[in-house]
Amino acid sequence: MKQLTATSAKYVSLILAAVVSVLPLSVVLIASLKSKEEYARTGPFEAPENWLNLANFATAFTKGNMVTGFINTGIILSISLVGAILMGTMAAYALDRFAFRGRRAIYSLFLVASLIPAVIMQVATFQIIAGLGLFNTRGAAILLFTGTDVISIYIFLQFMASIPISLDEAATLDGANRWTIYWRIILPLLRPAIATVVIIKGIAIYNEFYIPFLYMPAANLGVISTSLFRFKGPYGAQWEVISAGTILVIVPTLLVFLFLQRFIYRGIVAGAVK
Amino acid sequence: MNATTPPGAKAAEMSAHPQLAGRPRGRSASGGERGRRRGPTLRALTPWLFLLLPLGLLFLLTYLPAANLVYYSFTSWDGIDRTKELVGLSNYERLATDPEIYRVLLVSLYYFVGAFVQMAIALYFATLLSFQTRLANFFKGIIFFPYLINGVAIGFVFLYLFQPGGTLDLTLDALGLSRLSMQWLGDPDVVNVSLAGTSVWRYTGLNFVLFLGAIQSIPHELYEAAEIDGANRWHQFRFIIAPGIRRVVGLSFILAISGALAVFEIPYIMTGGANGSATFAIQTVKMAFTHHKVGLAAAMALVLLLIVLFVTWVQRRIFPDERVDLS
Repeated sequence: MKQLTATSAKYVSLILAAVVSVLPLSVVLIASLKSKEEYARTGPFEAPENWLNLANFATAFTKGNMVTGFINTGIILSISLVGAILMGTMAAYALDRFAFRGRRAIYSLFLVASLIPAVIMQVATFQIIAGLGLFNTRGAAILLFTGTDVISIYIFLQFMASIPISLDEAATLDGANRWTIYWRIILPLLRPAIATVVIIKGIAIYNEFYIPFLYMPAANLGVISTSLFRFKGPYGAQWEVISAGTILVIVPTLLVFLFLQRFIYRGIVAGAVK
Repeated sequence: MNATTPPGAKAAEMSAHPQLAGRPRGRSASGGERGRRRGPTLRALTPWLFLLLPLGLLFLLTYLPAANLVYYSFTSWDGIDRTKELVGLSNYERLATDPEIYRVLLVSLYYFVGAFVQMAIALYFATLLSFQTRLANFFKGIIFFPYLINGVAIGFVFLYLFQPGGTLDLTLDALGLSRLSMQWLGDPDVVNVSLAGTSVWRYTGLNFVLFLGAIQSIPHELYEAAEIDGANRWHQFRFIIAPGIRRVVGLSFILAISGALAVFEIPYIMTGGANGSATFAIQTVKMAFTHHKVGLAAAMALVLLLIVLFVTWVQRRIFPDERVDLS
């Protein structure tokens, strides 16, 4: 009997947690499917008259500049991911496969950098980006996202340790130089680690708000986050349109999560728990 | 940038860098051979060639701005003027005497308490799910997913939820608790609780997955052995799980301090810092980019930076690079 109560208490709390997670999102989904008049007339829990009413999504997509947002995020995401992977793998290769003075010090430099709250650093980083002439260009976000972060380096280091050094040595005997070893042997073998970094960092870039907000205020340079944020002005009272925009932003994340769960959990835990 | 778990959370956890400890491995044979062939200079230079770009970016985007931050903090610069007038410590004096700064620091307390709640919830569910559970993956996913959602989207979801007469008020009505309804974001006494609550909703999933990972890395035989010895669930938690996750919980706790000071996204997106919901980070960037007081903002940024580095130093003292050995 006691066992039974404990078990039901367990499932009751799990279901409660699921409700708390899902409820705030589901009412937004419901609102996004209502017409303006219907939204004003009905309560947040009342089902929409037409579950396939996608008019608000069309408005959000076209008038709300979400298309521009997805395109800009796509451009920034792909270029910075390639850059960040090259930077991260090169740094990890140097740190893992060479013995040289200052190896630990360099790792510490990357580590300390990651402790600094990114938002407040922009007070000074702004001058650098402006000085490079990158203000109001996609280059600002691309450069800042390409800058190496210790989490990628750590994931690459961890994985690289499992690639036997004998492979490098065999290639050296065949006359390969260090760049060839990195490019032809290490990089291809790092593929699983690269996949993890792509997903973890990709989600972070997709979600980043303040960097594009600060450096790319031009109307045609909106990314996902800033395009949605700009709904606040013109659609301030039109919750059905804001809701549609919000759902549009969440759906890609949900799809990525559903298909790549394993990678995501692995990436998060790899970075944190050894 | 995160609310209650700063990006440094993971980084600080990694501080043990086991890879570096054991390295380098036996490279001498091939390395020495290459060295003789190509000359010692090039050989010594090779790792630096690989580090050139990553380190260059690190200095350009982190350490150069950090140095500038120190310089700016001693000036009265507005961010535009060609000349930067040195004003000594006056920016710091102003910070020390400005009651507004202390008020803003107090706002962090809400998020700090929120981080506690968040960790308690995460720990509870991580423990639940570490035992045999139906639909375990489904519940794990549903608790974790909010952590992945875009911050602006979360902001709008909760703006909608907190509206007067909105979802939250109606839910309270339905539960017969309508007297609890209030101006969730309009009342200066309540707004920080609502925002910290939003932050808890957003970040619990992260703590949960980290704790669950730590619990699941505990060898299974320990539970079996304990069960044979007659241990019940509470004993298992107390004597197996708790020691096994002490480190990750302790680290999350300490990082919550610097995380609470650096809270930015949720309040900035939802209220813009209105109604007394401005945090230290919001105040800093507003000082720099709205009020054009870059000198003062730089001093604020440095103060925050020093607190965060101090907290990290304390953390390294309390949790040196040791691993909890269970066996």
